[in-house]
Amino acid sequence: MSYTIKQISIFAENKPGRLAAIADALEEEKINIYAFSIAEASGFGVIRALVSDPAKAHRKLTDLGYAVSFTDVIGVKMRDEPGGLKDISRIMGEANINIEYAYAYSGKKEAVMVVRVDQVDDAIRALQAHGGRLLEEKELS
Amino acid sequence: MTCWDPRIEEMSKADLQALQYKYLKTSIYRLYSFSPFYHDRMKAAGVHPDDIRSLQDIVKLPFMYKKDLRDNYPDKMFVGGQDELVRYHVSSGTTGKPTVVGYTQNDLNNWALSVARALSSVGLGRKDIIQVSYGYGLFTGGLGLHYGAERVGATVVPASVGNTERQIELIQDLKVTAICCTPSYMLHLAETSQKMGVDINKDTRLRTAVLGAEPWSEKMRNRIQEITGVKAYDIYGTSELSGPLFTECTEQNGIHIWGDLAYVEVLDPETGEQLGPGEKGELVVTMLQKEALPMVRYRVGDITSYDDSTCACGRSHVRISRISGRVDDMLIIRGINVFPSQVEHALLEIPELGEHFQIEVDRKGALDSMLVRVELKPTAFSDKIDDLMSLKYKVAHVLHNSLNVAADVELVGPGTLTRFEGKAKRVVDRRNI
Repeated sequence: MSYTIKQISIFAENKPGRLAAIADALEEEKINIYAFSIAEASGFGVIRALVSDPAKAHRKLTDLGYAVSFTDVIGVKMRDEPGGLKDISRIMGEANINIEYAYAYSGKKEAVMVVRVDQVDDAIRALQAHGGRLLEEKELS
Repeated sequence: MTCWDPRIEEMSKADLQALQYKYLKTSIYRLYSFSPFYHDRMKAAGVHPDDIRSLQDIVKLPFMYKKDLRDNYPDKMFVGGQDELVRYHVSSGTTGKPTVVGYTQNDLNNWALSVARALSSVGLGRKDIIQVSYGYGLFTGGLGLHYGAERVGATVVPASVGNTERQIELIQDLKVTAICCTPSYMLHLAETSQKMGVDINKDTRLRTAVLGAEPWSEKMRNRIQEITGVKAYDIYGTSELSGPLFTECTEQNGIHIWGDLAYVEVLDPETGEQLGPGEKGELVVTMLQKEALPMVRYRVGDITSYDDSTCACGRSHVRISRISGRVDDMLIIRGINVFPSQVEHALLEIPELGEHFQIEVDRKGALDSMLVRVELKPTAFSDKIDDLMSLKYKVAHVLHNSLNVAADVELVGPGTLTRFEGKAKRVVDRRNI
């Protein structure tokens, strides 16, 4: 069972219309966006997304000239009620897992936090050992 | 205004030309005998020193270019041995290699003499306290003005660049009467003093500013004079010719080029033909008494025109008009020469970047700013913001090191900068000079 999820990351200048252009390209290919976030630095940004067909999205955006990369992330399930975030972040803190970045989305059945960590496999083991529940890629669709 | 050197400065045209011919002849014989570089160039052009029989025969001599200094880096164009040199100055070159200029003691003396004549022509002398706010060091501005100001007997405040509030305090406390700096720094100084509540006109004795090392206009002169009540004079020079050398006189009507030190021509940059008085073209300078690095018919690349009539001040030497542009794409950013080719050369060292770039120059407040836009290579893209930020800092660092001037960097996506068919237009200059 694989708990690593392929996230697609896209380099984008911080300019009006950039997100729309990317979303438009994905729509053309009938690719669904499940979750996304935008990280902003001075003058540029990185768009990160979980999509229905990462390989196709990568191909399409690369063809259009974008700088695109895959990153392995994990999806940690949370109770969608007060304390849900606390439970899973406590597990990760106590297991000494450092979060590089994270964003959350309200999934089909329950809330999910998408997490990028240094050591993906160690993080998966630690989370499962302490009662954390992880999202499988196939559960996305 | 009295001349520093009346015998020379007010010399009749005929006498001055005779003197110029004498110096030219000596210099060409010396170069032909002792400079392998210029010997070869004269041979290739089929000219022998004996062919130079009048001042007008200078047109037979081959040109020198900035490229020659680069190709002969660091000192292969020098005449004479290292033991005759007393100083080096170094400026940035066009493709990463700097330009090195060596000076004998006579070269330094003539440089100081030229600046001394210039400073006295704007009325400066023993009673003045001159703040030199050009950079001291490898750049020629600071030391050039410093030695000239000392030569006229003024008291020098070697403030160099930066720390503007302190500079204003010094101007007040030391009763500074004149300042030498770039025109944009003068404006910055005026703005900063306003913020500090210091009225330059009322609260200081500053009355004269000698401004140069970057292009400026009559409009900017008027603005500086209006805001500060200081009389502003244009100074001209370039490191290959020694450094800052010539200024306007109190008439503010053209820059006096001391004819015993330099012979100027203005040429059509395309054909290389000499142009007449008042016609705009490329400035070409022959240094008549330079020893360590004699420059003959040096294509400076600045656009100007000349006026050989005697000035209202009584000086007979030829005057050139304010520099109105360049024949090449050289930019002057905060007094530092920057060629787009240097930027290109520096960026080539960074594998994470594509080959396209764009330079945007602007003036924020009174100071120049340069922004370099570079394209990220798709393969170099990292999902981590930290990696992208450190790439950005690396680019800024590489540019600063090779240009000697700080640049802002903007990372843009692959393929997003404009592509050009034919000659690329890589520079956007938004400065309203």
